[in-house]
Amino acid sequence: MSKNSNTTLETDKKSGAKKQSGKKPAKINASLTRDDKIKLYRDMVRIRRFEERSLHSYQQGRIGGFLHLYIGQESIAVATASLMEDNDHLITAYRDHGNALSVGMTMNECMAELYGRFTGCSKGKGGSMHYFAPDKNFWGGHGIVGGQTPLGTGIAFALKYKKLKGCCLCLLGDGAVNQGAYLESLNLAALWNLPVIYVIENNRYSMGTSQKRSSAGAPLARRAESYDMDWEVIDGSSVYEIREKLSPLMERARNDCTPSVVEIQTYRYRGHSVADANAEKYRSKKEIEDYKKNHDPIMLFEKTLIKEGVLTDATIEEIDREAKKEATDAAKFADESPYPPQEEIFTDVYWEIDHRTGKNEGRIFFND
Amino acid sequence: MPQILYRKALNDAFAEELERDENVVLIGEEIAEYNGAYKVTEGLHARFGDRRVIDTPISEAAFCGLGIGASMLGIRPVIELMFWSFSYVAFDQLFNNAATVRYMSGGLINVPIVVRGPANGGTNVGATHSHTPENFAAYTPGLKVVCPSNAYDAKGLMKSAIRDNDPVFVMENTLLYGQKWEVPDEEYLIPIGKADIKREGADISLIAHGRCVITCLEAAKVLEEDYEIDAEVLDLRSIRPLDQEAILNSVRKTNRAVLVDENKPFCGTGAQIAAIIQEHAFDDLDAPVKRVSSLDAPQIYSKPLEDEMIPNVQRIVRTVREIL
Repeated sequence: MSKNSNTTLETDKKSGAKKQSGKKPAKINASLTRDDKIKLYRDMVRIRRFEERSLHSYQQGRIGGFLHLYIGQESIAVATASLMEDNDHLITAYRDHGNALSVGMTMNECMAELYGRFTGCSKGKGGSMHYFAPDKNFWGGHGIVGGQTPLGTGIAFALKYKKLKGCCLCLLGDGAVNQGAYLESLNLAALWNLPVIYVIENNRYSMGTSQKRSSAGAPLARRAESYDMDWEVIDGSSVYEIREKLSPLMERARNDCTPSVVEIQTYRYRGHSVADANAEKYRSKKEIEDYKKNHDPIMLFEKTLIKEGVLTDATIEEIDREAKKEATDAAKFADESPYPPQEEIFTDVYWEIDHRTGKNEGRIFFND
Repeated sequence: MPQILYRKALNDAFAEELERDENVVLIGEEIAEYNGAYKVTEGLHARFGDRRVIDTPISEAAFCGLGIGASMLGIRPVIELMFWSFSYVAFDQLFNNAATVRYMSGGLINVPIVVRGPANGGTNVGATHSHTPENFAAYTPGLKVVCPSNAYDAKGLMKSAIRDNDPVFVMENTLLYGQKWEVPDEEYLIPIGKADIKREGADISLIAHGRCVITCLEAAKVLEEDYEIDAEVLDLRSIRPLDQEAILNSVRKTNRAVLVDENKPFCGTGAQIAAIIQEHAFDDLDAPVKRVSSLDAPQIYSKPLEDEMIPNVQRIVRTVREIL
């Protein structure tokens, strides 16, 4: 963060938060109940088990398409979702399963979407990269690198226009920072003072290209300075730290629409997608192992919560067993769900056609 | 009935809709303080203020995407592209995001935006500013494409587009902005997807959209006066939805069709319409369907050559006479 902005944050006493954040950011964690903490932990475990189960289904040939696994990055989805209030919104790119589960989408609807089933969150029309739950303020799930960043900026615009006290968390990967749409978005957000926080999930590789080989200048978040925006780099291995550092930025966005950029350092254990044959070529096994051993967000949070007396070996085991069962059940649910009926091909293309408003005349589909 | 300029008819449509619905906002380059590069939004910033009429930096990808994102939460942005040619730098937002979010969300999200601006050649500005992407847009399921040929249609269609809950791309024409048509004072809307016979005729159907309708009307006059050919001019008004019935009815009446549009010929809008006619009215045809499109090269700068490049009266008359 640019140095003076910490002061701004510390002295920002306004708060519309339900969960009081108070003067000191750390209070955001101090105020967590035992149940809150277990939920944070449980949701991370749930994401990991869901991802492992979906990989298994993929390997079984039960699902196809692209599958971008979130394993290793769970802390970010869980921490961001935990900070969201009623008027806060979240949008992300294609590595979206973790965010979907964190905002409260069910494993069943998420898994069924992977299977292309009618019971999927998008009725089997979107697939892995395109999960949506507007009722949970989750706006996708977007397949094109950086393509969601103007949309997130627009969500923030809408909040401000409607005078709602909320903010948009616009997530992107480290590869997206080199897309023009993102940099254009930063300019608009800063120019118009929009309540958006761009959250760069820096897992160090844009597909097979390391940050060093793709991005000039580091940290990536520092580019915000060109737009007079505050920025911060966060260690993504700690749920607490993400919450602590992100919370005041969200609070400030809600209160006075100030945008900012955070870069959360993280790591994905798997390839860019499961089709990434070179996942252990463009980076060393040793590097991957080091992250798993020393920086794994679940393992670290587990240790913290054991120390705090929140978790015991028995509860850990129970949570894991439940998460595995939930994922297995979801796969079963998906497998037993029907594919969308043929006529679904032509619904959800146009609102006016689906709602038979008669405001549109003429021919809209051209199949013969 | 008062005669008003095409640009004023659009301006009135915006004013009425801004007045009617708090969620309508206009955004684009130079539309507010500058009053619009083509003065289409003149006076609206003064009347409705910064909140409703918003100048953007030159960042088409960002402000088109911003409009799409805002629309997901119920704002109804009317986004001006100074030229539709500039949509190419916002292609991902307009053609990926706007067109597919509803579908990919299984109908959970809709995108009630209007994207508008001029899409035409014939202005002596070279290839980069002369694109007519109505075929690209109409090609894309999820999008609607409207091309008003006159002030009356421009106002009625624009108001419908703003109230439409899907993304509607309205392609206007700089050469029409300064022309006048009769437009009533009282409010009216024109449904999207309804073609309009601009001139009844018995011998041949000239099927067009946008400014080509005006060129066809001029050509029809020449055909009548010089060759005693009674041409019907059908204004499609929108490409998607497409008034297939009106096209087929006209062709069934005249048994001949010349399709006129400013697209380049390959995969231009005329290609689709020709396919529909041959499939559904093959037995009614007394001659092959002919097309008059822009000539198949990047838009040329040199004025006399560009005038020959885009559809003109002479070329339409010549083409009609080839089959009649």
